Amino acid sequence: MSLHATINVERNGFALSVDMTVFDGETVAVLGPNGAGKTTLLRALAGLVRITGHVELDGFVFDDSATNRHVPTEERQVGLVFQDHVLFPHMTVLQNVAFGLRRDGERIAGAWLERAGLGDKANALPSQLSGGQAQRVALLRTLVTEPRLLLLDEPLSALDVSIRAEVRRELARQLAAFKGIRILVTHDPLEAIALADRLVVLERGKIVQSGSPIDVTAKPRSRFVADLAGVNLLRGRGRGDHIELDNGATIAVPGAGEDDVFAVIHPHAVALYRTKPEGTPRNVWPARVEDLDLHAERVRVRLGGPVPLVAEVTTSAVRDLHLEPGTDAWVAVKATEISVYPA
Amino acid sequence: MSQARVPAPLMALAGLGLLLFLLPVAGLVVRAPWGQVGQELLAPQTATALGLSIFCSVTATAIALVLGIPLALVLSRTTGTLRSVLRALTTLPMVLPPVVGGVALLLAFGRRGLIGAPLYQLFGVQIPFTTTAAVIAETFVAMPFLVIAIEGGLRSLDQRYEEAARALGANSWKVFARVTLPLLRPAIFSGAVLCWARALGEFGATITFAGNLPGRTQTVPLAVYIALESKPDGAIVLSLVLLAVSLAILIGLRDRWLGEP
Repeated sequence: MSLHATINVERNGFALSVDMTVFDGETVAVLGPNGAGKTTLLRALAGLVRITGHVELDGFVFDDSATNRHVPTEERQVGLVFQDHVLFPHMTVLQNVAFGLRRDGERIAGAWLERAGLGDKANALPSQLSGGQAQRVALLRTLVTEPRLLLLDEPLSALDVSIRAEVRRELARQLAAFKGIRILVTHDPLEAIALADRLVVLERGKIVQSGSPIDVTAKPRSRFVADLAGVNLLRGRGRGDHIELDNGATIAVPGAGEDDVFAVIHPHAVALYRTKPEGTPRNVWPARVEDLDLHAERVRVRLGGPVPLVAEVTTSAVRDLHLEPGTDAWVAVKATEISVYPA
Repeated sequence: MSQARVPAPLMALAGLGLLLFLLPVAGLVVRAPWGQVGQELLAPQTATALGLSIFCSVTATAIALVLGIPLALVLSRTTGTLRSVLRALTTLPMVLPPVVGGVALLLAFGRRGLIGAPLYQLFGVQIPFTTTAAVIAETFVAMPFLVIAIEGGLRSLDQRYEEAARALGANSWKVFARVTLPLLRPAIFSGAVLCWARALGEFGATITFAGNLPGRTQTVPLAVYIALESKPDGAIVLSLVLLAVSLAILIGLRDRWLGEP
């Protein structure tokens, strides 16, 4: 069992162009900033958006623009879970869960609710449920129909932070028990890493990176991923023993090759000085403090200059160096602290 | 919240405007023969007109519901030029002088009309000047109110309810019957009430297309108009009835229709 999708959607100046394959039993998290096209991708897979391209699940063709084939949503057997439950407000919880079932609906739905510990809510209206309960019911309503493909659109983001962890655990359990393919759209990296086997990073309608959560965060290929991994990402051209950035600045690093490369520098590897440091580090640049951001015991300092970087320093360093927005400083990075990989 | 004050001249004009509404109502209430209300209402001709009015307006509303809900659905799902055309066609009776509507209905359903002629020649059916004609006239002028209200309801309906239903395997009929229709209940209710009120007050199209035949096509507004000549007290009592109905509808729909919080 597998899903093959080549999806092109163009609407109001926005273009989504995605080519992806998902294997049976895999949970894929589609991660990306707002407006990247994540939800459009999900809606295209669900058949709610007409596409150019080809979508095929287990050899069954959903969409094929060449032959003008488009299987409507209701015939796809896909499960779709929305950001905020979208339970039918005029039906009880039981009727909601039974909606997608044909025969014996209410009995089967009742059994599912019992098993999920929501049996006492069967006759409640959705408006009488808490946010977490409503989302769990919405998930049950979809799972009970035994879809072949489960699509989740930011299933936790409408929930209060206080209950999100609990619902996430239940979601992880339900996803593990589900046999088919699971695709989860999220902009929350924690959600993606907790629930997914594989991340697909979508930016401006294109897949910029795909792989296991560890691989993706270790070698970011976009500012978005670098930000969520909390590292500095620079892109330039390899010049043997150094990298040349677009603005002409150079970063000394051995084995930079001769191609376009990414360089990742962890913020705690960025050292700050008020006067130009002498000695070992070959990478020393002037910088100006733009912004300070306190994270527990550490302070993240955003720096402008020929090589824009974020440095992570201790609170006492901030005090000793008198760092504040507008302060001129020097940054130094050891060449050995820079990891380089092909762009 | 402190709002800017309304300038005095505008205040005065607003007062004049209000008077224009208030004075006729006051006239009706003051001049009403309160002692004879019961007696006038039970007078055979009045009672007949009332009964006919209720029958015609309720039937017209029922027809408007059966035809108007699907029409609103189609309207809300079309886009572009087609939508503009359909919309104009649907709302035309709202702006068309009712008398013109009556003439148009005659030309369509009259004995020599577009549909009326073959109907008469083939089946001997004659629509004008029958109760059927009164119902058609009322449906013609009142249905747009229902369609507009329901279309508004459909447009403000969260699309994802229907999408969720489809993803759960519901075909288009099941989506409509189990999800769309129940969620539209408030819009359907207010649309139906407005439609009924408009049908109840219908005069111009009815008198043109259905005539003024007591017991068959003479509804309350027509009876009021006729009675004004012969027995003004009866006319006033019937007018009071229509006023009371209108007020009741306004109060009942205040929150739903007039957009008050």
